[in-house]
Amino acid sequence: MTEARDRMRRLVRGGLALVAVAAIYEAVARSGLFPTVLLPTLPVVAHTLWASCADGTMPLHAFYTLKRVLIGCGLAIVVGLPLGILMGRYRPIENFVLPLASALMPIPSLAWVPVFILWFGLGDQVAILIVFYAALFPMLLNAWSGVRSVNPLWLRAASAMGADGNALFWKVMVPAASPFIITGLRQAFLRSWIAVVGAEMLAASDWGLGWVIFDAKEFLNADVMLASLAVIGAIGFAFERLVFGSVERATVLRWGMVQATKG
Amino acid sequence: MHDALASSSPAVSLPATGGADAAWRVVARTAFPFIVAGAAWEIVAHLGIFPPRLFPTLEQVAATFVRLTLSGALPHHALDTLIRLVAGFALAAVIGVAIGIAMGRSRLTEDIALPLVSIGAPIPGIAYAPLFLLWFGLGNVSAVLLVGFVSGFPIIFNTWTGVKAVKEIWVRSAQAMGADQRRMFAKVILPGALPYILTGLRLGLAQAWRILVGVEMLAAVPWGLGWLIFGAREFLATDVMLAGIAVIAIMGLVLEKLVFQRLERFTVVRWGMMT
Repeated sequence: MTEARDRMRRLVRGGLALVAVAAIYEAVARSGLFPTVLLPTLPVVAHTLWASCADGTMPLHAFYTLKRVLIGCGLAIVVGLPLGILMGRYRPIENFVLPLASALMPIPSLAWVPVFILWFGLGDQVAILIVFYAALFPMLLNAWSGVRSVNPLWLRAASAMGADGNALFWKVMVPAASPFIITGLRQAFLRSWIAVVGAEMLAASDWGLGWVIFDAKEFLNADVMLASLAVIGAIGFAFERLVFGSVERATVLRWGMVQATKG
Repeated sequence: MHDALASSSPAVSLPATGGADAAWRVVARTAFPFIVAGAAWEIVAHLGIFPPRLFPTLEQVAATFVRLTLSGALPHHALDTLIRLVAGFALAAVIGVAIGIAMGRSRLTEDIALPLVSIGAPIPGIAYAPLFLLWFGLGNVSAVLLVGFVSGFPIIFNTWTGVKAVKEIWVRSAQAMGADQRRMFAKVILPGALPYILTGLRLGLAQAWRILVGVEMLAAVPWGLGWLIFGAREFLATDVMLAGIAVIAIMGLVLEKLVFQRLERFTVVRWGMMT
């Protein structure tokens, strides 16, 4: 009972806060203190968003951005996940890969953009490689910590009950490491989502949400910028909540590896 | 945001070594992969498959590094980047921790601020860059504000989580022993939330660092490592780029290892909040 009232109160107050902020923004935008090109009113932004969705340009930009993210992130998973698991299993591989990873990790992926532009030219390849670089390390390190964190008691118990290597891997190690692996997937996607926007801004390529925002700056189209920001935020949010949320529910929560937390 | 702490868990640490291992073996083992990678790079660079301007040898990169350091250009770039980072991060730390604590302590603030923060957080920081440039002009103001804005989100979330995670029983027993509001805050809430706050600051700093390099490329600031790398593109100076990236890597490592691990040891570990 109090639970439901709590939710209600949260929703009402949160909604009121959003309305208040929107109203303040609208008032400032209409007051004429700032040029309207720099601070467009919300109806203008909404109209721009609707118009660009209706004529198909915004979905196409989003499609190009998503394509780059999915290819880059997919490559990072294909490389990072097995390598991370191997690192957790075999000391020599860990000893070899870990120092390299720790040295490369603090370099922001965007720092590589100019180098990659010189090597591969402007275009898709740069964005995909930057996404790959950004997503690789979270995937690698989380898979590695996941495998290392498997309770040795479970491994011994399973082998005492006669599990062979294969069963040990699929029935014990993978489920036990899965909370980390899913955290890794999440972080990898978040990082690549940031990286792709930056890479598209710097390595101009005609299509992509990052490029739209950057291009709009040249023409002082703040309404286009805000509209694409909304699209970027919405896609990021949808992936985080819908895709990873349901993956998590289908695997680790069902297997009882982590407690479901409210929030 | 229940994974606020978990998302920082894979701390990179070298594997614990057995007591039998001599120190030099550890050094050799750490150095070995770099030697292999360096040798591979050298072989490719010397074979001349790629134009030497685009794929310089390590000697060239090292020579450029020394040349730029001696001429004072590289330290100047690094210093400007560092000042921007510190300014933006300090802004985010002060405001972020304050908002986070306010959200954790008062239901009203939480209900009002949480939707706003949740809407702002999933948008990649760099996407705001053109907007900030439009509003605040090219240059330092935009760069610092953007860095502060972006690194504020993880700080707010983690501080909020931390304050909420303080054990109810600690608060109640402090109350029962007659602690007033201020002592309650300084002696119970703050130490209890500190592991989370530090995690937030760490994540915030990492974000700030990642965004700053990109912002410097976009904001056309006269000095800064991001600009150094991006400007070198015009002259096909790959050696300058790689020297700049090396400095970025070193600064990133130093920030993480020296600043934060030490801070953690002096506070939460000493107070027994974390082992």
